[in-house]
Amino acid sequence: MHQSDRRLLSGNEAIALAAIDGNVTLGTGYPGTPSTEILERFSAAGGRGQWAPNEKVAMEVGVGVATAGATALVTMKHVGLNVAADVLFTVAYAGVDGALVVAVADDPGMSSSQNEQDSRHYALAAAAPMIEPSDSQEAYEFTLAAIEMSRRWKLPILLRLTTRVCHSKSIVVRRGLDGHAASTTFTRDIAQRVMIPAHARPAHRRLRRKLDEIREESKASSLNRIIPGNAGLGIITSGATFLHVREAAPEATVLKLGMIHPLAIEPIRAFAAGVERCLVIEEGDPYLADRILAAGVKIESRPEMYRFGELNVARVRRILSRDDTPEPAPPRGKPPQLCPGCSYRAVFQTLNRLDCIVAGDIGCYTLGALPPFSAMDTQLCMGASIGIGLGLRHALPDEQAARVVSVIGDSTFVHSGLTGLAEMVYNPPKTGHVLLILDNGTTAMTGQQEHPATGRTMGHEPTGRLDIEAIARTMVGVVDVIDPTADPVGFEQLLRRRLEQRRLAVIIARRPCLLAAADIRNYEKAAAGKTAESALACEALGAEIDA
Amino acid sequence: MTHVKSMEPNPAAPDVIRNVTNVVFAGIGGQGVIRASDVLAAAAFAEGLDVKKAEVHGMSQRGGSVRSDVRFGSRVFSPMVPDGQADFLLVLSGDQVENNRDLLRPGGVLIDPTWVDESRLLSRKSLNVALLGVLATKLELSPDAWAKALRECFKSELHHANERAFAVGRESAVAVARESGGITP
Repeated sequence: MHQSDRRLLSGNEAIALAAIDGNVTLGTGYPGTPSTEILERFSAAGGRGQWAPNEKVAMEVGVGVATAGATALVTMKHVGLNVAADVLFTVAYAGVDGALVVAVADDPGMSSSQNEQDSRHYALAAAAPMIEPSDSQEAYEFTLAAIEMSRRWKLPILLRLTTRVCHSKSIVVRRGLDGHAASTTFTRDIAQRVMIPAHARPAHRRLRRKLDEIREESKASSLNRIIPGNAGLGIITSGATFLHVREAAPEATVLKLGMIHPLAIEPIRAFAAGVERCLVIEEGDPYLADRILAAGVKIESRPEMYRFGELNVARVRRILSRDDTPEPAPPRGKPPQLCPGCSYRAVFQTLNRLDCIVAGDIGCYTLGALPPFSAMDTQLCMGASIGIGLGLRHALPDEQAARVVSVIGDSTFVHSGLTGLAEMVYNPPKTGHVLLILDNGTTAMTGQQEHPATGRTMGHEPTGRLDIEAIARTMVGVVDVIDPTADPVGFEQLLRRRLEQRRLAVIIARRPCLLAAADIRNYEKAAAGKTAESALACEALGAEIDA
Repeated sequence: MTHVKSMEPNPAAPDVIRNVTNVVFAGIGGQGVIRASDVLAAAAFAEGLDVKKAEVHGMSQRGGSVRSDVRFGSRVFSPMVPDGQADFLLVLSGDQVENNRDLLRPGGVLIDPTWVDESRLLSRKSLNVALLGVLATKLELSPDAWAKALRECFKSELHHANERAFAVGRESAVAVARESGGITP
């Protein structure tokens, strides 16, 4: 292969390249480590990529694109699929006309997540086919395969990734462009697309029949492969674990599964029968092992301790030697912290000083839970700060309830806070409630992505802007905007006053993220320049018309 | 063949990876740990070798510990360097040496900020490239591959400062080797 055909790419970059080569019409998603760079790279390479307010909306937009016969790529981290699950379960019934590929990135070991849920269960539960690459070359190939599968079976296809696939770099050889984008047109098909019970009942049966057909065909799928070796040891594996297995046991015979759901059992049974000792080595839950054991195939699963955290070469070696003795604790590195000069520092110092009970949310500001602040009491999932704060207010004695504050970031508020705010207005606690929106003008934690309230697109171009302040004013009434770093005393007085009033109140603590501030100024300057340019053009045009 | 100069092949490694060079980069978010690892990966790639690189970022962008692994050779499997198998540990922050020391194999080399005189750098930010200059004296990667990698991984306005930093690193390593009678410390 010619050197120029080879590139050193991360898994995310490889997926973006495949999205270009596979003529993806629209890529959409919500930023989330480790999935974020897929859409950023797709957009930078000339693809149409956009951030959605959240994963559910992204998935719905993707369904619309695919309903028009075009190709959609929707990206998210594992917990994003919880948000989008409502769409997934029923679009599997309805199916698609074009292609809908859902890239979902799990984070075993939780390098930057609140749980280590295993997305493979979603494939099973939603009856959606799922394929899983192990490195960047496969990330590229499998993305193209997912587009082809989706188009052929008219089903959404889940592309399951993990941190080590997304963020590891390896060499990718690019396949040629596959030609032209599919033409789109609308054809009415109400029975197929309107999932009322009368339509959904046959749709469910149709889906199960399709899965059977896919399972049958996958017996010969090139997504699964066998690496021949010593018949004494057979290993069934998938994803990045495959690479650790190859290194830890180069002599073993390996069945590497790319097709995760539906799982064709016969080839697995034949593989297991052909080796003396057959192990299933997988990261996360014993998903493959449970399916294979349930089918009555004799395999050895790994000890329970390896459900937790990432696998690596050393842990695979331990599994091979059936070692379930306690592992040495990894040396503790330096934990992350709020940047020096971060405007959230003043916020959490104040919350601490006022002895607030803080229902927190997901973002950089979650670091307010750690010393020296220790000023966050709950954090679960996107948007939960508002509902949990309200629940605490409903149930705690008044003296404590009146100290409860919900704290949410700007991007998280747009993602999942709006419905919480509706609940706050609709079912107000008798002590009132204070919602603190930390507006730093960006999605800071994941690397400063734009969101609807910044008024700029993924590519930082001006677009419609959601006005958080106006929304809060319309919904709640009492809204203050303050810069807590410029005026820490004023901020403390304001928060104290709003808490004492025992009414519903929203405080927007607004100051741009330190890391994003210079970029934001440049985007604003560029946008102002464009406005001035177009104003000049209008004037010139006016002058021409006048003349 | 191995791509490491004057070092015994890693005895702990099985045959299949004995010809793989393992380098772990460590430091604090914002120091250029990941960028440094990108440069080495690009240099090895420019030499036509198989290369893999694994990193964890995200929360670590907020001043926490960062680690990035680069492995290259004729054939690389896992992207992560197993504990105790790093040929080189390149650490950008003195306080990140102890928590990463166990990654080094017996006889592996620690490259930390004490290797270079930082006052000779045009920018404190180019320490990552200076330590790459030290590393370069211990690897069989061509000057062309390094130069290409440095150009690819940085904006053009940084090229001058980085060339200088890389040279400072190389000179420091050569000087240290001379003082210690050619024995790698």
